[in-house]
Amino acid sequence: MTVFVIRRLLQAFFVVFLMSVIVFFGVNIVGDPVYMLVSPDADQADIEAAIRRLGLDRPIWDQYVLFLKGAAQGNLGDSFIFGEPALKLILHHMPATLELAFSALVLAIVLGIPLGLYSGLYPDHMVSKGIMAGSILGFSLPTFWVGLMLILVFAVELGWLPSTGRGDTASVFGIETSLATWDGLSHIFLPALNLALLKISLAIRLTRAGVREAMGQDYVKYARAKGISTKRIIFVHVMKNIMIPVVTVMGLEFGSLIGFSVVTETIFAWPGMGKLLIDAILQLDRPVVVAYLMIMVLFFVLINLVVDILYSILDPRVRLQDQGA
Amino acid sequence: MTKLTAATAAAVGALVLFTGAASAEKLTIGLASEPTSMDPHFHNLGPNNAMSVHLFDRLIAQDEKQRLSPGLAVSWKPIDDLTWEFKLREGVKFHDGSDFNADDVICTMARAPEVPNSPSGYGTYLKGKTFKKIDDFTVHAVTGSPYPLMANDISTIPIISDSAGCDAATEDFNAGTAAVGTGPFKFSSYKPGESITLVRNDDYWGDAPGWSEVEFRPIKSGPSRVAALLAGDVDMIAGVPTTDIETLKGNDGIQLSQGVSNRVIYLHMDQFRENSPFVKGNDGSEIKNPLLDRRVRLAISKAINRDAIVDRVMEGVALPAGQLLPEGFFGVSDNLQPEAYDPEAAKALLAEAGYADGFQLTIHGPNDRYINDAKIAEAIGQMLTRVGIRTAVETMPRSVYFGRASRGSPDGLPEFSFILVGWGAGSGEASSPLKSLIHTYDKDRGFGSSNRGRHSDTEIDAMIEEALRTVDDEKRQDLLAKSTEMAIENVAIIPTHFQVNTWAARKGLTYIARTDEYTLAMGVVKE
Amino acid sequence: MSVSTVQAEVKVETPFQRLRAEFFESRIAATAFVVFTVIVLLAVLAPWITPQNPYDLAQVDVLDGRLPPGSEAFAGYTMWLGSDGAGRDLYSAILYGLRISISVGLASGVIALAIGMAIGLIAAYVGGRTEAVIMRVVDLQLSFPASLVALMLVAALGKGVDKIILALVVAQWAYYARTVRATALVERRKEYVEAAQCLGLSRMRIVFRHILPNCLAPLIVVGTVQTAHAVSLEATLSFLGVGLPQTEPSLGVLIANGFEYMLSGRYWISVFPGIALLLTVASINLVGDQLRDVLNPRLKK
Repeated sequence: MTVFVIRRLLQAFFVVFLMSVIVFFGVNIVGDPVYMLVSPDADQADIEAAIRRLGLDRPIWDQYVLFLKGAAQGNLGDSFIFGEPALKLILHHMPATLELAFSALVLAIVLGIPLGLYSGLYPDHMVSKGIMAGSILGFSLPTFWVGLMLILVFAVELGWLPSTGRGDTASVFGIETSLATWDGLSHIFLPALNLALLKISLAIRLTRAGVREAMGQDYVKYARAKGISTKRIIFVHVMKNIMIPVVTVMGLEFGSLIGFSVVTETIFAWPGMGKLLIDAILQLDRPVVVAYLMIMVLFFVLINLVVDILYSILDPRVRLQDQGA
Repeated sequence: MTKLTAATAAAVGALVLFTGAASAEKLTIGLASEPTSMDPHFHNLGPNNAMSVHLFDRLIAQDEKQRLSPGLAVSWKPIDDLTWEFKLREGVKFHDGSDFNADDVICTMARAPEVPNSPSGYGTYLKGKTFKKIDDFTVHAVTGSPYPLMANDISTIPIISDSAGCDAATEDFNAGTAAVGTGPFKFSSYKPGESITLVRNDDYWGDAPGWSEVEFRPIKSGPSRVAALLAGDVDMIAGVPTTDIETLKGNDGIQLSQGVSNRVIYLHMDQFRENSPFVKGNDGSEIKNPLLDRRVRLAISKAINRDAIVDRVMEGVALPAGQLLPEGFFGVSDNLQPEAYDPEAAKALLAEAGYADGFQLTIHGPNDRYINDAKIAEAIGQMLTRVGIRTAVETMPRSVYFGRASRGSPDGLPEFSFILVGWGAGSGEASSPLKSLIHTYDKDRGFGSSNRGRHSDTEIDAMIEEALRTVDDEKRQDLLAKSTEMAIENVAIIPTHFQVNTWAARKGLTYIARTDEYTLAMGVVKE
Repeated sequence: MSVSTVQAEVKVETPFQRLRAEFFESRIAATAFVVFTVIVLLAVLAPWITPQNPYDLAQVDVLDGRLPPGSEAFAGYTMWLGSDGAGRDLYSAILYGLRISISVGLASGVIALAIGMAIGLIAAYVGGRTEAVIMRVVDLQLSFPASLVALMLVAALGKGVDKIILALVVAQWAYYARTVRATALVERRKEYVEAAQCLGLSRMRIVFRHILPNCLAPLIVVGTVQTAHAVSLEATLSFLGVGLPQTEPSLGVLIANGFEYMLSGRYWISVFPGIALLLTVASINLVGDQLRDVLNPRLKK
């Protein structure tokens, strides 16, 4: 196990390095940040001064080496737009996104798995058909469209929840989170639901597919024959088996939730790092884009590691030692 | 739906009236674009400048029409060809209680162009000027040659405190410790991406604002911003999308404020290449660049139905443009009207120039910079296609667009042949667009920096340069107006319309619309 | 575990006939299939059954913009679904948009599936260093937000349908690879594979004839979700300003444009393209659902 984890960490390091090359060069061929920054009143001399100050007059290899040197010391460069370290900006916006993605994931699991279980157990029931129809709606409609609809219905028409923004935060273990205050929770509900929609549908479908498949299998028949209660069969035996694909996908989805929070954060004016990223992309704030992607890579590699470890716990047939063989 | 909405808004309105006495009211404003810093000298950008007006006074203030009025300076005048004298206001206190005097001005002028990491600083306005303290309330600005735009330039520089701000870093301003000015509001909190909160400066030297507290919330998505207003989460929003104006007009709970801006939307045409990359013959072959021919440019101008753009694309929220700034600004010409829509005349001109069958052209434009920019480009494409110039439309994010439009071609020249762009005159007078868009591109002297069509006419150049040396206002006004007329006569550029900005507030509030597009809490008045 | 061969019945029926019969057992699936076929037909026939070519700027007039359903266009025909902000007849624009959206969705889905499946299977079956390398590439890939992939490609190559397909393939193949590998990893260690190995069957045969069919159920789930997602994603990219060109709108671009009109009471500009998208995506999904049920031997009663 330890060997496996160390090996994976080494691989992760390599991936991060490779990624830095791809990201850095990829981001640096896009557009021309100088014109995003200088005031229109600036004359040619001002523009050239800005190019020099940003280091854009150097060859790209030089820029990359400088970036690597900085990165080795934990400095991923200063934001062109904000003038502050990109890493600091991202870390500042990270809690808002993490709590949003986490809430969405919880919603997806809490709503998706029971609904999927139900419709898998009673596939011909009207309620199940309703659930499946709902799940199809869930990923047929574009997120931004649903987001605005949620605001229109729950904030504008009904007035139950605030329309946009993040509410009051409170400190829990030193982290400022809006999950700890009532106002914060009321603000996070709509964006989290919006972000979760696709994942709820996915959880429903995966669970349903798994349950339907499992219910026809021999071990369930044996269990029934042995007189084990249906409840126990479903919640102990069936659930254990269907959790594998669900854990895989949900693990993957957490990363994609963070990545895709871009749209939800834009619609709901949520001050997270997704919004920071899309603003950085649109304004060509390269250091922030690079730093964001580097952090995402790191994050993802770690998530994968965790998912693989969870695998081995949930399904002993997947032996970790095999990875190196 | 409207009924419910109105009810919600009314309820919210009632609640606000009930909870707050007039002197202790809080105002919440939804912004379309967010300032990037609280440091007033960090980034010369509209939203930053608008925010800093709340906290930091200028020596010379710009009113809602960008006319100059006394700020921290009570008077200013040239005392000889090269020296301007500023008399400062006495008895003004900074937010921290310290007194305002000439030292603050001197250190401000030294810091403003020198902020580390600044994406675009204020050096542009301070270049070639030396500031001298004469006494505690007199400052001289000395230049190397006569400089009539002194007052305009100085009106862009926010004055910070010698003791609290001049040695501070941008971070200190963002944290609030250095954000000490003399303005009508004081810093309270700054959460990037989330909110900026200011409180009233009760010791303000001018008219005290009617709001005890102001919260600005950046809500970038247009429909979300409108929804936040309808839901009663904010009292006012800036940048109302044109698509929603009609509905909001019909909503009893909402009050709209509109005003023309200093921004003209115009077309630049490649006038420096014999073979322009995005101009082709009808069979796709290379042809001599027809845009070099004034008749072709005039035909394009006549083929554009400006009223249709204003009416259909902009939903009536724009003014057809015939020059570089709308009427009322310094240096505009009284003789220019928007070119009338005349497709037949356009076809005749094309035929006269030898393009009876037209040619192929691509119009390039941004899709996230100006109000409805992509739709305008598309409408222009339709209109040109109708007179025989088969026009393809290509729009792209501004991050990609401006670099390519300015120097995207391999030789560092503008890449496109025919582009849609806008220009906002920050100084509020006509020399700004003339100097940057019309004057011949001259890198060494800083002229024509945004002349992406590279139109060049020595006569116009001479007149613009003369205007920039003329201190006498009346003479300068004439020179600027005349240069504009000549540029339009040459069809150096084709103005299409002036942007009109719209703010929406809950009933009972009105915003005094500004030409500089700033959203200021001081401009929100209760009825 | 191949149950279907065990269930050898006397009735002579080709696998395809059986599949078809089972597929049409469900009325919903049959309806979805018909709807999808009609949508595809409409899209294919668009140039012959629409009054306007919305991509020809000479036929589109901004003066016809934002007209409500049933209005008459300047050119004389009736706009049954109204017009959008640029003056495109929505009925024509939707059919033309369908062409683009369906081709983008299907093309990117199929290519991504093929690439992802092949890579996932190889990873799971070969194992070892190859697997490690492949899975690290998958990690690498998944850490890229699709919007960034698209923006980078758009900047480097320009806008266009082919670029969007490329972007969607790049954004999606890893999902298939991950899923196939996860399932195959479990399948590979099952007894039937060992049995097949003992029988001396070739690797390729084991992978494609034995492991692959058992990976199909999750693949179809992911595949329908992803194809549907591809169409939605394209709309989202357009919403973020990096999608397809404005002048040749896909369904996604139409919806993204209509988004601006959602509060303005001009419901038709976003609602009709929205319904078209909904029908398309939902019918793909329903067909996929039924296919999965039919294809999965373990669901047989």
